[in-house]
Amino acid sequence: MVHTFSLNGFDIALDVYSGAVHVCDPVSLAAVRLYEYGGREETARQLLADFPENPEVTPEAADELLDTLDDLKARGKLYADDPYRDSGTLLRQDPGLVKALCLHVAHACNLACSYCFAGQGRYQGEAALMPCVVGKKALDFLVERSGDRRHLEVDFFGGEPLLNWDMVKDVVAYGRELERKTGKVFRFTLTTNGILLNDEVTEFCNREMHNVVLSLDGRPDVHDFYRKDPKGRGSYEEVVPKFQRFVKLRGDREYYIRGTFTRRNRDFIKDILHMADLGFDRLSMEPVVTDPDSPEALGLEDLPELFSQYEGLAREMLAREKQGKGFRFYHYMLDLANGPCIHKRLAGCGSGTEYLAVTPSGDLYPCHQFVGDRDFKLGNLTQGVTNESLRADFARNTLYAHPACDNCWAKFYCAGGCSANAYHATGVISGTYDFGCELFRKRMECAIMLAAAREEKKEA
Amino acid sequence: MKIKTLNTRDLKASLKDGGCGECQTSCQSACKTSVANQPCESEAQS
Repeated sequence: MVHTFSLNGFDIALDVYSGAVHVCDPVSLAAVRLYEYGGREETARQLLADFPENPEVTPEAADELLDTLDDLKARGKLYADDPYRDSGTLLRQDPGLVKALCLHVAHACNLACSYCFAGQGRYQGEAALMPCVVGKKALDFLVERSGDRRHLEVDFFGGEPLLNWDMVKDVVAYGRELERKTGKVFRFTLTTNGILLNDEVTEFCNREMHNVVLSLDGRPDVHDFYRKDPKGRGSYEEVVPKFQRFVKLRGDREYYIRGTFTRRNRDFIKDILHMADLGFDRLSMEPVVTDPDSPEALGLEDLPELFSQYEGLAREMLAREKQGKGFRFYHYMLDLANGPCIHKRLAGCGSGTEYLAVTPSGDLYPCHQFVGDRDFKLGNLTQGVTNESLRADFARNTLYAHPACDNCWAKFYCAGGCSANAYHATGVISGTYDFGCELFRKRMECAIMLAAAREEKKEA
Repeated sequence: MKIKTLNTRDLKASLKDGGCGECQTSCQSACKTSVANQPCESEAQS
């Protein structure tokens, strides 16, 4: 399977099963398309017919081009067959292994964002803070079940995790003790709305947190429309200076300014550029995930505008890079040479198997987006995973469990997509969230184009 | 008429040289809502 597209002056062919990316011109791109299902003579004849005004397209040149395609095919970089579908025995299977936890340290929040998937942080339940003893027990649980994995991940999430700040510090200190005893390496991460950011939190995070995600939606009126405090006051003026100070002191360590866009700001490129103009250079902007009937919900009718925004963002990023003002956009981060292996691309994020969410009381769920739905409770920290059939459902839910993905060119970039999005859109975790798929494919085209553009610049 | 192949990881070869499981869980990295954006962290690969 080959996906061909033209974007921003680049003609690109992606060989899906090998992962190879070929930068073409209009003639060679046409040849790649024609030759996939056509014979050699037929393809050469069609090329001459399709490009009558192009003096470079001669019978000899077409012959040479098809020789090149034959060579790429022989080397497994073009028209490669699917070698993975029947390779189940080769794929790593670690039943019961856990390597990442999302700790819901606070089912409470000091903001009342109306679009919050977590119901203002309470996850359709009572407000609660995770006791320190539960947090430490979660780390013990993780170490005991991590097998030979060295890197373990713990995300402090909510609600607003800074509402339980002393507990966060104690759990991190406990994790460092466990590192010394076990040789494991903890990567702690934290997501915050910024209201409680102060110098002490900043200093601690910049020392201990592998990554920090800071929630900001962009322009002041966009941010303040949804991200209000319980009295209805917007939070932009309060959090932006704190984020700027945090990032200034963070140095080279990882952070992301992470926004949500809704139907209200389909022109979200302006919000991303606003973030960049505030001095932030690691940005992430996500489409809202909400009830399709809510006024902020995005739908298929919005796709043309959103596609245009993503393409415009890619062009603007290249322009700013030329000016020395480049920034990173999470979804355009694509390391073609050192990207994930095929095992990762088939298994996905690991939710329900190696990645679990822990509630304040110590219950286990497949991930943060399933918390609060009792049908998805997997067990608890004391007894471990007791709902084995549910875990087995998630373990089986690899890329090839999604029939709708069979003919999708982007499947090895998304691994079948998010189980929670699929469940909320279709009622089954092996479904596909079609709207999300459309956006994802466009983002991948933009990301691959950016890789080609940067490669061209390197050679110039 | 050009065709230039970018340096991309050989996915088929990664059946054998991948699978160490040390890479970061994709959902933990930035967005929490919507695998390619995570680099490989295998010592062998690096």
